[in-house]
Amino acid sequence: MKRWRDYRGALLSGAVLLALTLALPYSSALFSSLFPELERPLYLQESFARLLLSHLAIVSASSLIAVSLGMGLGAWASRPHGQAFRPLLDSVLALSQSFPPVAVLAIATPLIGFGEAPALIALVLYGILPVVQGTMAGLASVPATVTEAARGMGFGSRQLLLKVELPLAAPVILAGVRVSVVINIGTAAIASTVGAKTLGLPILVGLSGFNTAYVIQGALLVAGLAIVADQCFEGLARRWPSLPVSA
Amino acid sequence: MTRAMIEVRSLSKAFGASPVLQALSLDIHAGELLVLVGSSGSGKSTLLRLLNRLLEPDSGTIHLQGEDIRLCAPELLRRRLGYVIQSVGLFPHWTVAENIGAVPQLLGWPKARIRARVDALLALLQLPAAAYAQRYPHELSGGQQQRVGVARALAADPDVLLMDEPFAALDPLTRSSLQQALWEIHARSGKTIVLVTHDIDEALRLGTRLVLLDQGRIVQQGTPQAILRAPANDWVREFVGQGEAGLRLLGLQAVGERMRANERVAGEPIASHCSLREALSLFVSRQVDCLPVANESGQLIGSLHFSDLIGGDR
Repeated sequence: MKRWRDYRGALLSGAVLLALTLALPYSSALFSSLFPELERPLYLQESFARLLLSHLAIVSASSLIAVSLGMGLGAWASRPHGQAFRPLLDSVLALSQSFPPVAVLAIATPLIGFGEAPALIALVLYGILPVVQGTMAGLASVPATVTEAARGMGFGSRQLLLKVELPLAAPVILAGVRVSVVINIGTAAIASTVGAKTLGLPILVGLSGFNTAYVIQGALLVAGLAIVADQCFEGLARRWPSLPVSA
Repeated sequence: MTRAMIEVRSLSKAFGASPVLQALSLDIHAGELLVLVGSSGSGKSTLLRLLNRLLEPDSGTIHLQGEDIRLCAPELLRRRLGYVIQSVGLFPHWTVAENIGAVPQLLGWPKARIRARVDALLALLQLPAAAYAQRYPHELSGGQQQRVGVARALAADPDVLLMDEPFAALDPLTRSSLQQALWEIHARSGKTIVLVTHDIDEALRLGTRLVLLDQGRIVQQGTPQAILRAPANDWVREFVGQGEAGLRLLGLQAVGERMRANERVAGEPIASHCSLREALSLFVSRQVDCLPVANESGQLIGSLHFSDLIGGDR
């Protein structure tokens, strides 16, 4: 029963987001009273539910890639033979963060065209850094006495990583994944500029057509999704607390 | 003569420019509790870590049961050598039972066999399985953690148990009870144990043979009595405690070995398993020159005179 309590926030915010998504198509009266000057106060080109689902799909796909790549890179850079590449990796990742997402999209589209592919590339690039940093920090936080004992007992480097280091680093890695996914949800909205179907669409259309109502409708759902994701990680983090290390 | 359990031959190791071990040779025999003792920087821990290939020597060889350890994969070698360190290093995310079962699990033992082994080891180290098996390391005291550490090292019934200052971080009472537990395990199992310590009292109490190391060289080796009676040089004399060597000698022998059997005197008796050092303390504090001696069940079995303390070995 404790399991439920940990995810209470996630369930609650999830229910609110669902209700919001389902209720928005029926809210034209509300928005026309808020913005009487607008001719069409409700975004109707695509259903909000469909946009939410495709937003979710593109975030899931890019986060899955970013997390696997990021954890792999982070673990590799923490191994003795990867240590030498650590400064290089750090600067490459920092550099990739310094490009604004729009610039990455602008560079990617002439090369691979419009649609989901350039959006995925940009999202993976942005999502990878927090995961790499979390993985490296998490692995560095594993007490040296524990790894020393494990090696002395005959754990191979692979077993050491999978059975001891990663489980102990999990809370810190999870924090990195959480940042990565939440950032990705926001960045995915911008991906609509290159034709990816996301909740950013109403925002873009609203911005270019001076339709504040569209912007609010899109932003409301993007923010809601980010909160739901964050609450899910909050629940996970509670189920997976960092363990006190005995002296 | 059969070969020694571990044969170390002209082993050298340097960290940077400073030599830590200098052409060291040593035989470790099956069933002995060998104590490597020396001050910090003497190379004793380095020697231990060379034995399980946590370090590789610059030159020299080590044979375990006649086999060159360089021919054995480090992981496989280490599973044959139990390893206990001062900081214990229990896995904080595993229960006591999972910690103890770690090496058997690596070796692919069936679950039932691991369970039975864990229960047996918990009993051996006086941690009742019902109360401790499912606890996590942070729920244990320092002494209990090291008991689990010792149990974990013994889990796969290793050929040799390597211990690197295992009790140094514990309070004196806990240390003493763990030393006692280790002594009993050694006496009962006859396992070959190599223990590193800087504590000469611990070395004298536990070791069947002591190897004194200084600056990467063996200064003297022998039984505790031999080293106390005939220190090889001034360094050894100082290390074993010039003023206390006699007291430490008394600490090595039990009252039962020196008492006059069948002689009865009056007074509060001393137990026959107490050391002569404890007897000396009683002579002084009670201001008597004769003590009755009792066995474990409290029966009088003899007496000990003050002059018996200075008698030679019988």
